[in-house]
Amino acid sequence: MPKTSSFYVSKTMRKLLFANSFYVCTFAANLKQGIFNQNIMALNTLKHFLLLTFFSAFSVAVMASETKDENSGERFDPKEMIMHHVKDAYGMHILTLNEGKENETHITIPLPIILWTDNGLVTFMSSEFHHDYDGNVVVEKDGKKFVNFHEKIYQLNEGELALQFDEEHHPLNAEKPLDFSITRNVFMMWFSVLVLLLIFITAARKYNNNDSKLPKGIAGFVEPLVLFVRDDIAKPMIGEHKYKRFMPYLLTIFFFIWINNIFGLIPIFNGANLSGNIAFTMTMALFTFVITTFSGNKNYWKHIFWMPGVPVPMKIFLMPIEIVGMFVKPVSLMIRLFANITAGHIIVLALMSLIFIFETVWVSPISVLFSLFITIIEIVVTAIQAYIFTILSALYFGMATEEEHH
Amino acid sequence: MDLVTPGLGLVFWTVITFLVLLFILRKFAWKPILGAVSEREEGIKTALASAENARKEMENLQADNERILKEARAERETMLKEAREIKNKLIADAKEEAQVQANNMIAQAQAAIISEKKAAMAELKSQVADLSIEIAEKVVRGELANKDKQMSLVESMLGDAKLN
Repeated sequence: MPKTSSFYVSKTMRKLLFANSFYVCTFAANLKQGIFNQNIMALNTLKHFLLLTFFSAFSVAVMASETKDENSGERFDPKEMIMHHVKDAYGMHILTLNEGKENETHITIPLPIILWTDNGLVTFMSSEFHHDYDGNVVVEKDGKKFVNFHEKIYQLNEGELALQFDEEHHPLNAEKPLDFSITRNVFMMWFSVLVLLLIFITAARKYNNNDSKLPKGIAGFVEPLVLFVRDDIAKPMIGEHKYKRFMPYLLTIFFFIWINNIFGLIPIFNGANLSGNIAFTMTMALFTFVITTFSGNKNYWKHIFWMPGVPVPMKIFLMPIEIVGMFVKPVSLMIRLFANITAGHIIVLALMSLIFIFETVWVSPISVLFSLFITIIEIVVTAIQAYIFTILSALYFGMATEEEHH
Repeated sequence: MDLVTPGLGLVFWTVITFLVLLFILRKFAWKPILGAVSEREEGIKTALASAENARKEMENLQADNERILKEARAERETMLKEAREIKNKLIADAKEEAQVQANNMIAQAQAAIISEKKAAMAELKSQVADLSIEIAEKVVRGELANKDKQMSLVESMLGDAKLN
């Protein structure tokens, strides 16, 4: 199946999505604020709802008609558009100016590409590809040639000048070097780390020079969350005596996952989807697995290899199940977070794609209302998934450190 | 599907970033925050305990007060009782003494009256004797104013004083 590149539509979509989802987010933020004032909320909700509907329908109408007129021959491929948004990318694309015209310009934060090739480290900026991800632009560094094909860096084999494809459109004459690039997910991860450090170190400082140790300023916002992790996650799952050892880890994963879930929903960050990336969730789950395994006491291992309190045949039967269970737990953690976050993104993008699939304006109210609905659910899901990941990690730690009871 | 294939680069950076984040937050955020919270909780706990202690002490004090009050009341009662007894005794003593004295006085008075009476009687007797002698003198004088009468009298007297 030849892939028709239809990124023109996709860019329009992106702009559109940006506008809409930005409004959705503002709306959601206002909704949150409104909780403090019921009367204002009722008014605001109505006002925003109407505004949102009109605004979106209008903008979609304009965009859709534009697209139809100029690119009537090109087919829109929702799968490619969605995958492009959900997956990782080199460079943070912010905005495209003069789209579809002669002087089209992309505003992108270029990010470093770091490759480990057969003969050493190669680094260059992502901007050298000039926003090409079809494998057309060849970047030459240290006598080696690289192309960006669908957001994967390929190194052309010796003597090759351009990327060639087989019948299934897979690259033929190139290898993938080890890739340690600062992709947009890594970039957003670091950004989220900065935000976390800013929030929590500021909050921690509020307790200094404060004899009453009362939470002031941002600490008043942070402390209930920290106490929530302590009193509703760590204490009940691990137990009053042992929870302290795991508190730093539990707090860190809770806030790290949560903030990255939230950043995944903020359109200005261009849908960097860190917590919806399997590499990220796998790493987090691996940390939990390693900590669980290393803090496992005699009782824990006995329950895995020689289940107490059951007859011997049952012990032998249970052993493989328990061993598999040991690994299934982190795998389930990995898949749950990845699938939930990615699914949310895909649904919102798919609903927006409906307009372009049906090629009619009249679908837009449905698309907009449904994606508003899903986005609000996603805001809740950001917290729920962070909570679930943390509470299950705590549960596994609790199982690993549980003392024998008679 | 490379959507579900973990990329090595992101795993690498995530491990490094997460470990750094964990380390920094543990040192500069979680420790101070959890420390401050537990310190405050300890403070509240001790404050509550000391309040409870103060309450108990208060109770003890009140009980003490009540006991002291009771004792004082009892003491007052006994004192009053004693005072009443003393009073009664005093009155009784005084009465007795008065009685005795009165009796003495009455006895003395009676004795005095008797002696006075006796004296009066004696005086009266002597007076009566004097008076009667006077009268008798006067009568005798009158009787004996003339010789005849003197003679008759001597006669009569002589007649009486018959020699037996």
